[in-house]
Amino acid sequence: MSEYKKLTEADLEEIAKIVPRERILWADEVNEEYSHDELSAIPSYPDLVVRATSAEEISKVLKYANQEHIAVTPRGAGTGLVGASVAVEHGIMMDTTLMNHFLELDEENLTLTLEPGVLLMEIYQYVEPKGLFYPPDPGEKTATIGGNISTNAGGMRAVKYGVTRDFVRGLEVVLADGTILELGGKVVKNSSGYDLKDLIIGSEGTLAFITKAILKLLPLPQKAVSLLVPFPSLAQAIGTVPLIVKSKAIPTAIEFMEREVIMDAEQFLGQSFPDNQADAYLLLKFDGDTAEDIAKAYDGVAQICLEQGACDVLIADTDERADAIWKTRGSFLQAINGSTTMMDEVDVVVPRNRVNEFVEFVHALQEEMHIRIKSFGHAGDGNLHVYILRDDLDEDEWHRVLEATMEKMYAKARAMEGQVSGEHGIGFAKKSYLKESLDPAAVAVMQGIKKAFDPNNILNPHKVCFD
Amino acid sequence: MEILVCIKQVPGSNKVEVDPVTGVLKRNGADSKMNPYDLYALECGMKLKEQYGGRVSVITMGPPPAAVVIKEAFAMGADEGALLSDRAFGGADVLATSYTLAQGIKKMGKFDVIICGLQTTDGDTAQVGPEVSEALDIPCVCNVAKIDKVEDNNIFVDMEMANEFEQLKVQFPCLITVKKDINQPRLPSYKLKKATEKKEIAVYGLKDMEDQDKKHYGLSGSATQVQRIFPPVSDKEQETWEGSGQELTDKLFDKLKQLKFIS
Repeated sequence: MSEYKKLTEADLEEIAKIVPRERILWADEVNEEYSHDELSAIPSYPDLVVRATSAEEISKVLKYANQEHIAVTPRGAGTGLVGASVAVEHGIMMDTTLMNHFLELDEENLTLTLEPGVLLMEIYQYVEPKGLFYPPDPGEKTATIGGNISTNAGGMRAVKYGVTRDFVRGLEVVLADGTILELGGKVVKNSSGYDLKDLIIGSEGTLAFITKAILKLLPLPQKAVSLLVPFPSLAQAIGTVPLIVKSKAIPTAIEFMEREVIMDAEQFLGQSFPDNQADAYLLLKFDGDTAEDIAKAYDGVAQICLEQGACDVLIADTDERADAIWKTRGSFLQAINGSTTMMDEVDVVVPRNRVNEFVEFVHALQEEMHIRIKSFGHAGDGNLHVYILRDDLDEDEWHRVLEATMEKMYAKARAMEGQVSGEHGIGFAKKSYLKESLDPAAVAVMQGIKKAFDPNNILNPHKVCFD
Repeated sequence: MEILVCIKQVPGSNKVEVDPVTGVLKRNGADSKMNPYDLYALECGMKLKEQYGGRVSVITMGPPPAAVVIKEAFAMGADEGALLSDRAFGGADVLATSYTLAQGIKKMGKFDVIICGLQTTDGDTAQVGPEVSEALDIPCVCNVAKIDKVEDNNIFVDMEMANEFEQLKVQFPCLITVKKDINQPRLPSYKLKKATEKKEIAVYGLKDMEDQDKKHYGLSGSATQVQRIFPPVSDKEQETWEGSGQELTDKLFDKLKQLKFIS
């Protein structure tokens, strides 16, 4: 029996005093898509969905929920992969997709203030024509910035620029009791007490509700060149990465990909990849202000790749050429998903010089567990995306094999001094693995923080560090 | 098989600026690339060579820096390249350009098939290919969506028409212009780039041409002159409305009524 209140018509009436009824979805009005994220196995419907438009509304709804002990689940575009935006305790789901406005572009401070429901792709479209740059580049461009901040999303430019956390200057959040707080701001430096903003980033909606963000922008690099490097084997490809890192060249991205996954993507997109001579590829990207600067920067890396046995180094120096490659890379997740009946994922991150070891372990695991496993990932930052495919396994067998396979992978990652999640987060699906990988004292501190922020545990319960 | 591909350097980005005084496209040499359509033409050439043997040559016309597109073609596997460059060639319209290219092609040698991109992204006329074939007096097929095969000095192609494809058998020598997406062009190779860094590019000027009459080239050989280039004036009006579904429905109904789309 849940400790949380199940909503009734009376609650609906109360909430409709705060939010106009037409922005509330109740009972049958709650659409199927609100019952899951992009990958969650078990659907769970919220009792009610609020399509919020302001911090004030959210504040009042949270205050009510806190008094009535109703669970509140935040939701952006629902593109998460670990169930963080699934309402496991039903209750209220707070949908932020209508809060999708740019509030201020401050070119003197190079900051962009926006609401949490703005989509990642909209940010690029908004700032880039103005010669500005928001570097985080997660694969899922239809995710909201609120969701990106909540998971501390990483993406493909992390090697050079860092992750979402590095580009959040300030947040406006609503606490569980309805208090609206401003954290951080447009300031570049900040040593003023505990950094609560940094605690909220990556907390997956368990500590406070993000209602506004101030992002840091950079001047937009004028040019970018991608190198597609075919290798005879994946081991050779990934083995080259530490040497590239050691050479002090700083590509914005170093990705690895295998022929099989590329073929899935070709089929998914109905478009062929510009090269098919090899089984494994590294994909690197360099940015800068002139073609000459970039050519100088990649020349050494090209030499290293050839010395390590690369078949060639292919140069994508125009938008058309780069698009043909990156569009394929961007579709891997959906393409793999389309190649099977169901899948689950592992998003571990390991030290960069041990990626190869992990990938080889995964390959061997395929044989050992008799299951198809596909992977691709950010070789340059050690973050791997490994997908375990159900194919035609029956329900029981699937769960048995999946659990055993995951257990082995997380154990391996732990042994390699890696972490459970590089960028997708913990949510509901990875909780047990987080617990196994962290010092119990660290988990206790996390739980203490949660209690300090949300004493009644109404914000996204059962996620991240709580059972 | 001797294959020739016509290539051209175009502005690197789609944000093309027009010089307000001269009304001519501003060409910034530092930011240029090979015309994207020509990449498909070059890939067709490379595929034919791989399948049937022979050589792929490329030709371009432009000021000396245009040689970089030839180097790029070398990095994609082209065997030979020639640049047509002479002050006398400057200011050419499609007619003079085609005539110059045809003269240059005669200078380069004999070719079985000449492949052009359907059009360029800066001029967009799609006329140069067919006019080159006229000047060379060889058959031409435009809008080729597929190359089926080469057999007994004939090439078999699918030409896309408005509502159907026409399958054609064309005798060598001939010229075809290929559509976008006829293939997925290969990427330039770093290895080939390094290996061909010092490879010679033939440069031909007026003095190398069979016809050395200046009046047939450049501005004086042009039948047309660009008076002015300007962005089209948009007559689209956009309004953004906000409100509830009911409010917006009413508003939309009123608007459509007002515009007499409904009565």
